[in-house]
Amino acid sequence: MKILVGYKRVVDYNVRIQVKPDGSGVVTDGVKLSANPFDDIALEEALRLREKGVAEEVIVVGIGPADLTAHLRNGLAMGANRAIHVVTAEAVQPLTAARVFLKLIEKEQPGLVILGKQAIDDDANQTGQMLAALWDRPQATFAGKVEIADGKATVTREVDAGLEVIEAELPAVITTDLRLNEPRFIKLPDIMKAKSKPIDSIELASLNVEAHDHLKTTHYAAPAKRSKGVMVKDAAELVAALKQKGLL
Amino acid sequence: MSKILVVAEHLDGKLNSSTARAVSAAAAVKPDNIDVLILADSVDTIATDASKIEGVSKVLTVARSENSHPLAAVLAPQIAKAAAGYSHVFFPSTTFGKDVAPRVAALLGVAQVSDVMTMEAAHTFTRPIYAGNAIITVEAHPDHAVVATIRTASWPAAGSGSQSATIEALSLDVALPTHTRFIKLRQGNSDRPDLQSAGKVVSGGRGVGSKENFDIIYKLADKIGAAVGASRAAVDAGYVPNELQVGQTGKIIAPELYMAIGISGAIQHLTGIKDAGTIVAINKDAEAPIFEIADLGLVGDLFKLIPELEQAL
Ligand SMILES: Cc1cc2nc3c(=O)[nH]c(=O)nc-3n(C[C@H](O)[C@H](O)[C@H](O)COP(=O)(O)OP(=O)(O)OC[C@H]3O[C@@H](n4cnc5c(N)ncnc54)[C@H](O)[C@@H]3O)c2cc1C
Ligand SMILES: Cc1cc2nc3c(=O)[nH]c(=O)nc-3n(C[C@H](O)[C@H](O)[C@H](O)COP(=O)(O)OP(=O)(O)OC[C@H]3O[C@@H](n4cnc5c(N)ncnc54)[C@H](O)[C@@H]3O)c2cc1C
Repeated sequence: MKILVGYKRVVDYNVRIQVKPDGSGVVTDGVKLSANPFDDIALEEALRLREKGVAEEVIVVGIGPADLTAHLRNGLAMGANRAIHVVTAEAVQPLTAARVFLKLIEKEQPGLVILGKQAIDDDANQTGQMLAALWDRPQATFAGKVEIADGKATVTREVDAGLEVIEAELPAVITTDLRLNEPRFIKLPDIMKAKSKPIDSIELASLNVEAHDHLKTTHYAAPAKRSKGVMVKDAAELVAALKQKGLL
Repeated sequence: MSKILVVAEHLDGKLNSSTARAVSAAAAVKPDNIDVLILADSVDTIATDASKIEGVSKVLTVARSENSHPLAAVLAPQIAKAAAGYSHVFFPSTTFGKDVAPRVAALLGVAQVSDVMTMEAAHTFTRPIYAGNAIITVEAHPDHAVVATIRTASWPAAGSGSQSATIEALSLDVALPTHTRFIKLRQGNSDRPDLQSAGKVVSGGRGVGSKENFDIIYKLADKIGAAVGASRAAVDAGYVPNELQVGQTGKIIAPELYMAIGISGAIQHLTGIKDAGTIVAINKDAEAPIFEIADLGLVGDLFKLIPELEQAL
């Protein structure tokens, strides 16, 4: 089977995000961009399934501007067979991203779609669930463990109450949590090899999706800052301070 | 004229307090009605509890054996059907709400607003992005139903009044899929307070060093009646189970007292505790970033300081 993997480019998780003083956005000029950490995990899981013989082909998908190619090459260097680049100058919202994925699914007929549980820029945590609804297929979100056998996925999900195990008939959508695996590092020779792997570019407009986003972001603000506290010298002083605040 | 449907979260026949938090967010819209929807196999006690939440107009129940476990693929078509006529559909932003809400939004063909912190107007909200490093104001389409998850740490639980709202059984004619099946839930069964709603939380990080050493955290927590939390590093290293993780990808909490012990204060961790009343940090590194946001900081070796702390209590 084929596995489709969401491979989104985001501001690197180490970057300290600054809100522009006029509230029109966050500073993204010149900041380091990387693969969404959850998508690296999604790709790693797909590669492992291919290595186990469960899948034959792993396809990374990026939706974004023309310069996304270099980022998709990283996914190819990590081991994906090929990439699909859905080209759009505008940032797309989750419902549109899900509709785009559905179009690609109709064409590629994957047995499994693996996305990140959330992208660390917008933190929406929606795309996989929306895609599963539109596709009318199972979803297994926040996956900490995935086993594929007999046409179904047995997925251990990290939920607030603990670990939940569900079974989903394939094809299905899985979204990754952080402990699913540790993504491999890209090696130099792989970067060379990736140069000859194909990247299909498709204009978003040509997919005929209703790419009309419904949410308008009107303002960006820095979060309220906590004021700096005080240092205490020992345990006794800490206990006294907490008692004074009525916390002990 | 708003009419809000709040989808209840429950486990083992008990209503989760996240539901009452979503109700207080709904009340902030000043709607004409707030109805609570309960999908379960047996709804009775959950419905009675929900009917007592202040501000609730009506409790709607759907009792079906398929609803015995919260499978998004099974719940979403029922919720989408029940949502007809409502201007807003709210879920708590817990793993339950995060799993189900987008599936409902997609079935309704509308966008979703995740992690609502404040209501600016009936269709205008604020929410965090970039792990809480920026707060955006978002306007939803006025002609569409608003599907939203409510950031529980931003909202108090609505009180429980003496009144009780009417309870009404809904019969929804919806075919449910069988492609997704519940197998089991492994719960960290604990007699300690629940991390998400506890007034006090003691958290340990990588600095605690091992699963065995974590006993020192549990002991301190028990002594002051606190829930136990952890950093991702502590969970990854296997010191504690996943449900104790606090942060961007774990639980977002707002206890009155949060004690971070052997935790450096990475931005992804701080996202989870920004709304805590008082933050205490104990760390041997005086330069650790946790001290930048701690109200009370103590530099030193946790293995020496915690016993001293217990002594001083
Ligand atoms: C510079 C910049 C400016 C932006 N400005 C705005 C703005 O003004 N308003 C606004 O609402 N949003 C803005 N965004 C955010 C953008 O619209 C989000 O990408 C979108 O809302 C999707 O949310 P998400 O990625 O958090 O979705 P999630 O549901 O959190 O994503 C989950 C998963 O879906 C997959 N996925 C999602 N999107 C893609 C994609 N494009 N390519 C490949 N896989 C994908 C990935 O596997 C991802 O892990 C901006 C983003 C950037 C980088
Ligand atoms: C996408 C993404 C999401 C993430 N989500 C989360 C999340 O939800 N929650 C989360 O917590 N992290 C999250 N992280 C990880 C985060 O970046 C940090 O790696 C993590 O929080 C570090 O945990 P820590 O503070 O326990 O460990 P460390 O950073 O290793 O800090 C250990 C601290 O212990 C102190 N120490 C050591 N020994 C002692 C001693 N004997 N006495 C006193 N102090 C001592 C050290 O000085 C140090 O400050 C995420 C990361 C990514 C990339």
